[in-house]
Amino acid sequence: MSKSVLDFEKPIFELEEKLDELRRYADNSDIADEVAKIEKRVHQLQQNIFSNLTRWQRVQLARHPDRPYTTDYINLMSEDFIELHGDRLFGDDKAIVGGFARLGSQSVMIIGHQKGRDTKSNLYRNFGMPNPEGYRKALRLMRLAEKFNVPVVTMLDTPGAYPGLEAEERGQAEAIARNLLEMSSLRVPIVVVIIGEGASGGALGIGIGDRILMLENAWYSVISPESCSSILWRSWNYKEQAAEALQLTAPDLKKQGVIDLIIPEPPGGAHRDYERIAQILKEVLLEELKKLMKIKPEKLVEKRRAKFAGMGEWAG
Amino acid sequence: MPWFRRSKENIATTPERKELPEGMWEKCDQCGEILHRTELEENLFTCGKCNAHFRIGSKEYIEILLDPRSFKEHDRKMRSTDPLKFVDSKRYRDRTSEAIKKTGLNDAVRWGTGSINKKPVVIAIMDFSFIGGSMGSVVGEKVGRAIDRAAEKRQPLIILSASGGARMMEGALSLMQLAKTSAKLSRLAERNVPFISILTDPTTGGVTASYAMLGDINIAEPNALIGFAGPRVIRQTIGRDLPQGFQRSEFLQEHGFIDVITHRKDLRETIDRLLSFMVPTKR
Ligand SMILES: [Zn+2]
Repeated sequence: MSKSVLDFEKPIFELEEKLDELRRYADNSDIADEVAKIEKRVHQLQQNIFSNLTRWQRVQLARHPDRPYTTDYINLMSEDFIELHGDRLFGDDKAIVGGFARLGSQSVMIIGHQKGRDTKSNLYRNFGMPNPEGYRKALRLMRLAEKFNVPVVTMLDTPGAYPGLEAEERGQAEAIARNLLEMSSLRVPIVVVIIGEGASGGALGIGIGDRILMLENAWYSVISPESCSSILWRSWNYKEQAAEALQLTAPDLKKQGVIDLIIPEPPGGAHRDYERIAQILKEVLLEELKKLMKIKPEKLVEKRRAKFAGMGEWAG
Repeated sequence: MPWFRRSKENIATTPERKELPEGMWEKCDQCGEILHRTELEENLFTCGKCNAHFRIGSKEYIEILLDPRSFKEHDRKMRSTDPLKFVDSKRYRDRTSEAIKKTGLNDAVRWGTGSINKKPVVIAIMDFSFIGGSMGSVVGEKVGRAIDRAAEKRQPLIILSASGGARMMEGALSLMQLAKTSAKLSRLAERNVPFISILTDPTTGGVTASYAMLGDINIAEPNALIGFAGPRVIRQTIGRDLPQGFQRSEFLQEHGFIDVITHRKDLRETIDRLLSFMVPTKR
């Protein structure tokens, strides 16, 4: 089903093509052994490659053009999503989507960054880079959810908040800061999932929650490896080193105490099996929400604040 | 004693200034005027001709803002531990050591208690001279403790920002300091304790996208660069030149994000007047 293939995915795809050919042209039982052998090799190759991914390769997977986006998850996890538009102040930001949805029988407010698949849809979605009205829409929807005791699920997948002229005029910094403040006192559970790219303040702007989950091949940091390279190395050519230095993968962040849980992806990554990853995510979300819904609002808020208060490392 | 006279007296006690090179004469970057050191100090490091505000540090601001000898610093020794063992063209550990040596500070913010016209306040002041005033774990924790103290003692909180943003060398942990400080501010807000944010040149990135923009009152010094993204990045993104005055204090006030723009000489008095209206109340 994939259309795009990353360099390090190539050996797997080549072997899979061979397997397809074999199945197509030699349709008899003689080759059953051969097929099984190649299947095993595909599996081993995949395991080999994916158990030794560099941090930069993870970043590439997080940006994979075929990777499932927020609306893909919503569509696969929920049957009755109602998208809600606009911040009531300026406009409707297409880089952030949100609305009521049901996961099984659990009502939720789902809010997430949204990228496009092709040039046209990417222009429409501004490549998943929100303007201030996106953050303000998100906050409006969270307040709405709070009013009716509906828990919030946010999905992070952005290369960053949009660094544009109008974004600054309308207060990009204020919009993000306001969300950090308000999400810290929201009286319903918030579960955050980093599904792809978690680039800096643009991601964190919808990233305060009681539980922070992260897909195995997502990344989350204070800056993208490219921008980090350009600032600290004064060249765009050190993105691999920057990715290593930033320690931005799910296992890294688990160690740093920034996230609570790593969600394993299907073999070959989330883009190889949409249904499977959506199913896994749905199950995890339901489990987390069930636990959080039992906690009294005051306690929930107190624990959420304490969670972020504990982050960081210092001496003295 | 009138404020303008006291300021002179306070400043005269300052033993050394790290941000400005030593020498009798300074050239104003903005208008080119040659200013005598004494004159510059009398004007609290602003240009007498064009009003340009020179960058100064926590040491100067403590004297400008607080009653003499009222400042009691907390957590002065707190330092970065280099949690990621970060290395780029330089080791982060070496960068911090150099910054400590160069500035005599331990990180990019100092916090403590003091008073303004005898009103007790909790104050945190950033130093741009320390790795560009960048916010890592130490800045986040110190600002966080200032907020906690203000909430517990019900004393007004003042945070003066000067920062290029979050500190890259601590990765996601730096980013989480935005969350930490904002979460603590949400608790402060519930307790009806006033928070005045002062934005000085420059205040950009993660600091703007957290506490600097969250004041009950946001005060800016004139012509300070204030924004989320840096001007260079924006120019690259939109592919054209930025308008005159873009991302300056006056621009931000015009667009609704700054309450008051105040000359450095009037900063203390403005805060004093504002605090007289915003008395913490018990509920
Ligand atoms: Zn001048």
